[in-house]
Amino acid sequence: MQTASAVDSYLAQTNTDTLCLTFRLSDQDYGIAISKVQEIREWTKVTPLPSSPSYIRGMLNLRGAIVPVIDLRLRFGLDALEHDSSTVIIVVNVGSRLAGILVDTVSDVINVDYDQRRALPEFEGHANRRFIDGLAQIDDRLMVLLNVEKLVTPEDLAPVPQTAGETEQRGAV
Amino acid sequence: MATIMTVDDTATMRQMVSFTLHSVGHEVLQASDGKEGLALAKSKKFDLVIADVNMPNMDGITLVRSLRALPEYKFIPILLLTTESQDSKRQEGKDAGATGWIVKPFNPEQLINVVRKVLG
Amino acid sequence: MAIDIRQFHQTFFDESHEGLVSMESALLQIEQGLSTALPNQATTSDPEVLNTIFRVVHSIKGGAGTFGFGWVTDFSHLLETLLDDVRAGHRQVDRPIAGLLLRAVDCLQILLASARSGSSVDPAVIEEVTAELEALHLTPVPAMGIDLAATGAVAGKAGTWRIRFIPKANLFFSGNDPLRVLRELSTLGKLHVETDMGRLPPWAELDPEICYLGWTLELSGNVTRDAITEVFSWIADDCELEIQSIQDQSVAPKAASATAGDSDADQAKARGTSIRVSTHKMDTLVDIVGELVITQTILNQTVAQFGPDSGQRLNAGLAQLERNLRQLQENVMRIRMLPIGFVFNRLPRLVRDISQQLGKQVELKISGEGTELDKTVIERISDPLLHMVRNSLDHGIETPQERRAAGKPEIACIRIDASQRGGHVIVEIEDDGRGLDQDKILKRAVERGLVAANTKLSAEQIAELVFLPGFTTADSVSDLSGRGVGLDVVRNNIYSLGGNIDVRTQAGHGTHFTIRLPLTLAILDGLGVQVGSQTYILPLTSITESMALAPEQIRRLPGGEEIFQFRQEYAPLIRLRRVFGGTPGADDINTGIVVVVEANGRRAGLLVDDLLGQQQIVIKSLESHYRRVDGISAATILGDGTVALILDVGGLVGAVSAPLLNLNSTQSAAVNRPASQSSSPVRALH
Repeated sequence: MQTASAVDSYLAQTNTDTLCLTFRLSDQDYGIAISKVQEIREWTKVTPLPSSPSYIRGMLNLRGAIVPVIDLRLRFGLDALEHDSSTVIIVVNVGSRLAGILVDTVSDVINVDYDQRRALPEFEGHANRRFIDGLAQIDDRLMVLLNVEKLVTPEDLAPVPQTAGETEQRGAV
Repeated sequence: MATIMTVDDTATMRQMVSFTLHSVGHEVLQASDGKEGLALAKSKKFDLVIADVNMPNMDGITLVRSLRALPEYKFIPILLLTTESQDSKRQEGKDAGATGWIVKPFNPEQLINVVRKVLG
Repeated sequence: MAIDIRQFHQTFFDESHEGLVSMESALLQIEQGLSTALPNQATTSDPEVLNTIFRVVHSIKGGAGTFGFGWVTDFSHLLETLLDDVRAGHRQVDRPIAGLLLRAVDCLQILLASARSGSSVDPAVIEEVTAELEALHLTPVPAMGIDLAATGAVAGKAGTWRIRFIPKANLFFSGNDPLRVLRELSTLGKLHVETDMGRLPPWAELDPEICYLGWTLELSGNVTRDAITEVFSWIADDCELEIQSIQDQSVAPKAASATAGDSDADQAKARGTSIRVSTHKMDTLVDIVGELVITQTILNQTVAQFGPDSGQRLNAGLAQLERNLRQLQENVMRIRMLPIGFVFNRLPRLVRDISQQLGKQVELKISGEGTELDKTVIERISDPLLHMVRNSLDHGIETPQERRAAGKPEIACIRIDASQRGGHVIVEIEDDGRGLDQDKILKRAVERGLVAANTKLSAEQIAELVFLPGFTTADSVSDLSGRGVGLDVVRNNIYSLGGNIDVRTQAGHGTHFTIRLPLTLAILDGLGVQVGSQTYILPLTSITESMALAPEQIRRLPGGEEIFQFRQEYAPLIRLRRVFGGTPGADDINTGIVVVVEANGRRAGLLVDDLLGQQQIVIKSLESHYRRVDGISAATILGDGTVALILDVGGLVGAVSAPLLNLNSTQSAAVNRPASQSSSPVRALH
């Protein structure tokens, strides 16, 4: 059982740390390991980056560090949302890298027990599958446990293929 | 705790001597050759002088001789840093009035032990 | 108390390197002296020069011994023995020996580099020099093996000892103290002391500086004779000493305590790079911080006693704070600055080796070696600079015969100079060689398809061609310069530092390269420009001028590219709003401003909405938390805390402009970006 073993490996990784920060995106609950969360900030305007995928909202000044902010709605192919007072940036720390994750609203910090874990069913060609570590059943809600490393590692921040004209090399005159 | 002067033209040795002796609570001042060492010795009274033999401007043996000529340094212990192969230098140092010698290479523990012996 | 002596490694390596640099220049000095003397005749060298060399080797040997770098210890010992002979006058430094010593310097550098990185040494690299050094030693080399563990362990039989110890009267004058000896003996075992006062004079005649006392001691416990002798080693000549065994006890041999421990373990442990800072620089910083504290006190007081006239005092205090902070910033930057002499120091040796190899005679004139540059700039300019001097020796300088035939002095001259001008350092490399051969360059460029066959180029434009990738006029690939590293790499390195390079040449008279480098990489003078709702920063060094253009001044090429006339040429127009996908609308040539920029010898106009003024900005990498972005070299933080992006002018211009459009540029510059990412002309051409 491939999926079950994936959950197991996630649990094995996190069996000493099952505290999760939960947040909402378009009516779905998500959780990320609290150990990866550095801080939560209000939405502030960021500086957009050219030649970058649309889900990179731009760069944020985090006390002198220049940090990318990822719009999770756009990352997951959902519709963009107008930012309001509940929109927040979760600043995560992976290795030595910092990144901001833009979410609709943060809900809670909860403890996810082993018996609350559920395996993720297999889907063919699910593009966002790699960001998901597993599921958790909390009371009557189903929560998606995200893999923060995968979300913010540079390989996964690769730019979309550039549109012609922007970088096209023109010949000699 | 004692006030010690280390005289050596190599920063590595000065740092090592200084750091080592500082770590056991001594105050250590540095001089980079005999001339500087002599000037420093005149400005401040040291309980122990540890000097290299080979130095520019004024070598260690001349420094020992010059220090012994000063009334304040008549009986102050002065140790020379010598290498295994410098037997003749050791004798020269003794003749000039050096108290003893420390054979290079040495490690910090050995240095601390020698200094403890000399200072009591 | 365990002290990790590895913390002193960095100092040792730095110091050894500096020592070897001065040893090398001392050796070159000796060689210089030899060349003025008759061939094969050794001159008596200046003893102080020899002493300098000796001390360098001696210090390296000492340090290496302390830290357990065996290869370095053994090799420097061999070298020291030779130098001892020279100092003692048994041997003269002639040409072969000077050459050997220079090669020995190289060996030591290699051995030290291995010790530093913790990598193993390939004995082959020092084999030859070692063999030659050993062959020179007529006097036997004393064995060097010093075992730290062994010096602590004492051999011999243990027992109970009776010791008669009668110091000489003058013992105190060597700073020794019999009480110290007794104290030390008491740490070895159980000590019974009997004082012999027989030599003590009547009280009135007693001289406190004379030692009158003697002792008879009984020492029991696990003590060896050697351990006792060791205690008396410093005063062996200053006393009468008898050591007698009272009763022999056979004692199990004490295991030599091996305390070598983990000294050789993980030497390759990752270490941060360090920089040596002069105390003067540190003192200045301390002073400024002191002033900052005073300013803070003034501000605090003003706020605490806020009254009607406080506004003015507050303003004065804030002005002072600003001044302090600016000074602090400047001086903190200065900590990273090193004299360019660190690079120049390597040149005399290089010139010597290569001119000997090529049979050329060259005088090297170096000036401005005290000019300071950022450590990173120094590190990255080093190889390009060496390469250029190598190039000059190989291609520029003629053989003495050729020079004589051309009516020039046989000894050629290479002049290297560094000087600071404003926020830049100018490095000049000039030779009086044959100059660049314009016809040959043009011919080669046409062959390589770099320019069209019938192109008319000015002399300067032709000279600039040597910076194109893959360009070399060398008829054969020589051992020296033809290693596939061309001036294009040199130029890319310089561009990547935000500098630029120019060449001027005159056939038969020589070549003159001028390199312009920023003082520091951390701070940049920038011009803020408005593009849509965003502020971007343009490096000031890349800007030629800014101008307003009327729509009719812009021509459209069939491919849709827009160009405009600037001075005598046409330059492409880049509408930044389009490039950066901003909102269209105000993208109007009537209201916008064209900033003419140059990079990598190419020019373009950037259309922006507005100019926001000039400011000094601190460069922040985008790559620390994200990745490289096309068209952007880095970011900075503006006064209001928002992030502004610094434009990669070289990348922008390279993407649209062909290199030969503006070949006669003299004021080009590129923003700081990796050399590998530079838009090389080749990419634009093929």
